[in-house]
Amino acid sequence: MSNILSSSILIKNGQLIDPANNINQRADIHIINGKIAAIEAANSIRESDSRQTIDASQLTVIPGLVDCCARLREPGLEHKATINSETVAATRAGITTLCCPPDTNPVIDEPAVVELINQKTAKAAHSKVVMLGALSAGLHGKHLSEIYALKQAGCVGLSNCREPIENSLILKRAFAYAATFDMRVFIEPDEHWLSTGGCAHEGKIATRLGLKGIPVSAETIAIGRALELVAETGVSAHFGRLSSAQGAEMIARAKNEQLPVTADVSAHQLHLTELDISSFNSACHVNPPLRTQRDLEALQNAVASGTIDAICSDHQPHDADAKQAPFASTEAGISSLETLLPLCLRLSQQTSLKLSEVINRITCSPANILGLNAGTLSIGANADICIFDENEDWQLRTDSISSHGKNTPFLGWNFQGKVKHTLVNGELLFSD
Amino acid sequence: MVNKATKPTDTLIGHDAWNIQLDKNGHLKHFLTTEGLGTEILTQILDTAESFADINEKSVKKVPLLRGKTIVNLFFEASTRTRTTFELAAKRLSADVLNINISTSATSKGETLLDTLQNIQAMHCDMFVVRHSDSGAAHYIANNVAQNISVINAGDGSHAHPTQAMLDMFTIRRNKGADFGNLRVAIVGDILHSRVARSQIHALNTLNTGDVRVIAPKTLLPVGIESMGVNVFNDLEAGIKDADVVIMLRLQKERMQGALLPSEQEYFQLYGLTEERLQVAKSDAIVMHPGPINRGVEIDSNVADGPRSVILDQVSNGISVRMAVMTMTLGREPETNNTKQESHKKDGHAADSAGTRK
Repeated sequence: MSNILSSSILIKNGQLIDPANNINQRADIHIINGKIAAIEAANSIRESDSRQTIDASQLTVIPGLVDCCARLREPGLEHKATINSETVAATRAGITTLCCPPDTNPVIDEPAVVELINQKTAKAAHSKVVMLGALSAGLHGKHLSEIYALKQAGCVGLSNCREPIENSLILKRAFAYAATFDMRVFIEPDEHWLSTGGCAHEGKIATRLGLKGIPVSAETIAIGRALELVAETGVSAHFGRLSSAQGAEMIARAKNEQLPVTADVSAHQLHLTELDISSFNSACHVNPPLRTQRDLEALQNAVASGTIDAICSDHQPHDADAKQAPFASTEAGISSLETLLPLCLRLSQQTSLKLSEVINRITCSPANILGLNAGTLSIGANADICIFDENEDWQLRTDSISSHGKNTPFLGWNFQGKVKHTLVNGELLFSD
Repeated sequence: MVNKATKPTDTLIGHDAWNIQLDKNGHLKHFLTTEGLGTEILTQILDTAESFADINEKSVKKVPLLRGKTIVNLFFEASTRTRTTFELAAKRLSADVLNINISTSATSKGETLLDTLQNIQAMHCDMFVVRHSDSGAAHYIANNVAQNISVINAGDGSHAHPTQAMLDMFTIRRNKGADFGNLRVAIVGDILHSRVARSQIHALNTLNTGDVRVIAPKTLLPVGIESMGVNVFNDLEAGIKDADVVIMLRLQKERMQGALLPSEQEYFQLYGLTEERLQVAKSDAIVMHPGPINRGVEIDSNVADGPRSVILDQVSNGISVRMAVMTMTLGREPETNNTKQESHKKDGHAADSAGTRK
């Protein structure tokens, strides 16, 4: 009994939202040995049964967030961020599992790199990190990577990131080979001939600013090509970082046709448009680019309808110099771990999307896509939990950002809803 | 739930790229783009340039308006005409001029643009005249220089070339009068890559030009160009019909790569301005070109050197317009303004509106 006590935590009288189990009610959660041991009626579990009690009577308790795309910059770009710095930031942001794409340096195309990242993650001892392996060796788009070996090493899926596989035959074979081992392919749809050199949505704003545009067709052509090959090979495919209304429509049609596809959108695409770059604001330089108000609304609707299954951070921390240049010469990306939950809450505050549905898109839904037993508060599940105050008002400031990347266009924004506690495997790793 | 999450209204964070051109008193501090400046300021530039045009025709072409000021021509991209006219303009205003040409290879050696700027800034200068291959470079520099330095954009990527546009407005006004309301102005050529065209379009619309047209094949027209307030034509003769002003843009040779055009020959056949084609424009139409000209590619030599051409006037007018912009931006502060007025009274030059503020 004393053994159990020493590792047990009671989360008392919180508002539980667990979309996977369709729960949205006040309750107590008892955590023993890193697992969720019991969920009982509010105030029914005795505090003396636990070593530690978290009073959640003013708070909302949800599964720890699962972020299906976050760059941690290690290995390769440690001057921007490290696995340690970013997993600590993730924990503070209520994100308990991160999925790292393979475009590290070296590329995640062999088990040794997976092992290296696992070791660094274990040493950091904060949020969990899972990985996608490279779909092609070195991401060069010429040869298959050793997909079976990557699966054995623990990769949860495969991706070629935004690196092109120009030859459709190679792409088809990569899909077929991945399907052989039930590996999901993660596609960042981009027809690079149409996007290379571009830095903004091809439209009125880019025209006015004299910036090279990236047309919507760069996204839709890539989606169309991949969907045809998904249909032929039967591979499960996840389309990440949609940016356009047309892209979301294509995914909706594919789902109607029962193709095994899922999709995500980055949180910033649901809140910013091309207008936000109109003062050459390099903090808004992202790829795929911010598009029109019509696209933003279509993406929000696609999240609401379930066409888009998940919302991710698309976290890309940068050093200060990366954004200190004229717009087109700056590096694309937003440091966004710490705005993932706030922007998702903002979505439910400003649209008709219910809070429980938004939580679904950042917990159990991405966990399912990644094939993880995570993102729920089920009895017996790992106690990865985010506890936040739905009513706390706060402002995002540079000094409040824990990530090494301070590059965010959301500085100065006022948010409602703030993470107060984060537990990973039942360990309280962050308390505000 | 109450809507609490909000975007900031704090101007420190959401800074307005166009308003940074004006100081607190609404005077021109930087000249980065013709967009967002009112008719009043553009007209003031033209009026001030007019007063300098007289000086430029005198035998002693120098006024002491900017004596003691240091102007740095900071060119990250090659230029002969623009840099020399800026240099002449500064020298005729008695400013000290420093020309710095920074090849892109030098900046790629590791020094960031910001480092370069800070180094030059440490030499205590008053104005940067900047040309850079990146759109938005002049805005970036204006946002990052010391408070007392003015920035003039001498061309940034495909975004803006405001002094070129204003010298073109000046040339149009000298030939067609101050009322642009009845004018039809046709801009022909590579609109897609042209910072000159964008700045001309904003200036022409601010000056209430009746009909602004762009003419090009669809590969050389940027998406949504009509939203800038122009009528779009793909056919040259339809586009320049009854035009008062025909502006030809330079066609860069590298446009044949990337499948924008099949050949120079076909381009000239379709969009080259010849005497015969020019017949459909008004009989007193003027022909302009920002230079340098590709004879036989976008314009026939007969037209470039012909009676309707004002191409060389544009170059001379460039000096007056750049003198105007320099005095307007550097002559803002009240104290320096007073000393300037005194000094130019002593010299007895007729640059009335130059250097003085309401």
